[in-house]
Amino acid sequence: MSAARRASGIVADGGPIIAAERLSKSYAKESGLLRRRQGEVRAVDQMSFVLARGETLALVGESGCGKTTTGLCIVRSEEPTGGRIWYTPLPGAPPRDIVQMEAAELRALRRTVRVVFQDPFASLNARMTVLRIVGEPLINNRLARNGAELKERVAAMLSLVQLDPVYMNRYPHSFSGGQRQRLAFARAFILQPRVVIADEPVSALDVSVQAQILNLMRSLQARHAMSYLFIAHNLAVVRYLSDRVAIMYLGRIVELASRAEIFARPKHPYTELLLTSSPNPDPTARKLHLVKAGESPSYGMLPAGCPFHPRCPYREPRCTVEKPELVETGTERGGSHQVACHLHGQLSLRTFSD
Amino acid sequence: MTGTTALLEVDDLHVVFPSREGAVRAVNGVSFALHRNEVLGIIGESGCGKSVTALSILGILPPVARVTGGTIRYHGAGGTVTITDEARESETMKAIRRNDISMIFQEPMTSFSPVHTIGNQITEAIAMMDEAQSIPRQRRQRELSERALDVLGRVGLNDPDILAAYPHNLSGGMRQRAMIAMAVACEPRILIADEPTTALDVTLQAQALNLMLEMQRSMQMAVILVTHDLGVIAEITERVVVMYLGRVVETAPVGPLFARPEHPYSRALLASIPRLSGPIEALAPIRGMVPSPYEMPPGCPFHTRCDEFVPGRCDRDTPATVAVAADHRVACLIRGG
Repeated sequence: MSAARRASGIVADGGPIIAAERLSKSYAKESGLLRRRQGEVRAVDQMSFVLARGETLALVGESGCGKTTTGLCIVRSEEPTGGRIWYTPLPGAPPRDIVQMEAAELRALRRTVRVVFQDPFASLNARMTVLRIVGEPLINNRLARNGAELKERVAAMLSLVQLDPVYMNRYPHSFSGGQRQRLAFARAFILQPRVVIADEPVSALDVSVQAQILNLMRSLQARHAMSYLFIAHNLAVVRYLSDRVAIMYLGRIVELASRAEIFARPKHPYTELLLTSSPNPDPTARKLHLVKAGESPSYGMLPAGCPFHPRCPYREPRCTVEKPELVETGTERGGSHQVACHLHGQLSLRTFSD
Repeated sequence: MTGTTALLEVDDLHVVFPSREGAVRAVNGVSFALHRNEVLGIIGESGCGKSVTALSILGILPPVARVTGGTIRYHGAGGTVTITDEARESETMKAIRRNDISMIFQEPMTSFSPVHTIGNQITEAIAMMDEAQSIPRQRRQRELSERALDVLGRVGLNDPDILAAYPHNLSGGMRQRAMIAMAVACEPRILIADEPTTALDVTLQAQALNLMLEMQRSMQMAVILVTHDLGVIAEITERVVVMYLGRVVETAPVGPLFARPEHPYSRALLASIPRLSGPIEALAPIRGMVPSPYEMPPGCPFHTRCDEFVPGRCDRDTPATVAVAADHRVACLIRGG
C-alpha cells in the first residue's frame, strides 16, 4: 500500500491523485517596531485528506479557516511548513511528494495542477489580449509550434467555454464578470490539467451568471475527467457541485464525508451551525432564527481543547481541554464519515436536507 | 396602493446618470409602497437600480444623478413630505435623516469614521435627534452616553469599554452590530439596509440579520432590505419587489413569489440558484447577460433573455403593471401587462 493510501484511510474508485498527509502551514506572528516573533499562527494545521481521480472535493469554511492556503500549498504558491502532499498523476505511478519537488518538477506540476481564483477582475492581466491570456500557458511551455497552431488551440478552448473566438484580440476590460471567469477557466484548461483548484470561482458573480459557470465546471469535468478541489463557503453551491465535502475550522478539517452524508447526517456541531446559518431560498422553511448569537472565532490564538468549543452549544468539560482528532465513524452503508468531535454519535443535530 | 398603511410611496421614479457615453437610466419608472412595520425586500442583480432607488429615498444620490420624474412621498408623524421635491440638504431632508430614515451599508467601515470612537459616533447620532435637544445641558453628556450604552446593549455589545473603542478595534461581527446600533439609535421609522451582510461569513450574517429583525420588532420599524441573495429574501422578508434593468418586474408577498413566480425573470432567477434541500436538479442559467446600461433594449427590458419572448410584441411594447392576485403585481406583456 502506498504512503498516500495509508495516509488517507479511504480510497475512491480512481485512487487518489492528491493525498495531503498532516499538511501544515504556519506563519510567524510578529509585532512591534522590531518585528519580534510573538509565536505563530497555524493557518493549516495537520490536515490529511485525499482528492480522488475524477472527483470534486469541496473545502468549506468561513474566512480565515485556511481553505485558500491549503489550495495554494498544493501548487507551492505557499510553502508548507510541515507534512507531505503526495501527487500521483497517473494510476499506478509512484506518488511524488510535492513538498520536496525542485524547480523543474514544480514547473511540470503546475502544468497539470491549475488554479482558478475568485475575482475575475483581478486574476486576468488587463494588458494582455484574450489570445495571450488563454494561450500563455502554451507559449510558456513551448507547446504550440507556431502562431497559427496557438490561435487554433485558443479558439477551440474559447468555444469549449462558450466564448466566441472572434473576441480573441480583445482585452479583459471589454468582458463581463461571467465572461472573464470563462476566460480564467479557458486558461486553466488549455493544458488539459488533471487537477483544477477552483477558489471561490463563482462568489463574485451575479446569480444568473453563477449558474452558467457552475454548469460549465460540470461539463468540463464530464469531458476531461479531471479532479476539482473546490474551495467555497456557499453550501448550496457546494451541494450542487461536490462529491465529497471537507468542513474546515481554524486550519483543521472537522468533518469529511460524502455530500449526501454531510447534508443529511452532519456529525459536527460546526457543520450544523453552517447549515442553519445558510439562507435557503424557501420561505416556508425559515431557519435563520434558530441561529443563536455567539462568539466570533478568534484566528489569532487557538483555544485549548476543541477549537470550536467557545462557540459550541453542546460543549462538555473535556471539550475545553482535550483536542479531538479526526476519526472514522463510518456510515450505515459502510462508507466513510470522518469527524473531529468528542461527542459524535451522542448528538442529534439538525438537518435541512434529505 | 394600500394608502392607509403606506409609510412610504415610490411612484414612477426615474433617475438618470448623464455621462459622456450617453444617459444611463438607472431607475426607469419604479413604483412600490412600504407599509408600516413591514420587512420589504428589493431583489435584483448588479445594475438593476436597487441601490439607486434606496439612495433616492434618503435624498443622498450622487450629485451627478438627476431625478427626472416621479415622486417619493414619506408619510411621517408630522405630515407627508414629498422627498423628490426637497433639496439634498434642505432642513426637512436633514431632519428626516436625523430622526426618521436610517441606512446601513454593506461595509461597516463606510458608516463609521475611523478616527472617532464608537461612543463618540453613536452619541453624536443620538444628540442630533430633535427630541434630544430638550435634554438639560448639565445632564446632557451623561444621558447621551447612557443612551448609547443602552442601544449598544440591545445589539449585544454589553461591555462599557466599547464606547472608547475605535472601529478598527472591533471584529467584523462586532462592527456590524455597532453599525446596526448606530443606525437604530434614533429609533427610526424606516431602516434601509443595502446588502448589509454580503461581506460577512454566513454565521455572522445570520446573527446580523436576526439582530436587525429583533430591532425591527422592538422598535416597530419598517425595513427595506436591498439584496441580490434570494436566500436572505426568503428567510426574512414579508414582501418582495423584483427589479430588472431599472424597472420593477414583479411585486408579491414572499410566499407566493417563491411558490408561484409570475414574471419570467423571477422564475428564471429561482431556477438558476442551487438549494440546500430537495432534489439536486440541473441549474437552468439565464441565457445571455444583463444588457449594457447604455443600450437599453426597447419594449420589455427582459425580452433579450426571456424564454417566452414574443417577437413583434415584447421587443416593441412596454409592459404595464397588472394585478394577478391580491398584493401580487407583474409587468409582463404575456401576462396581460
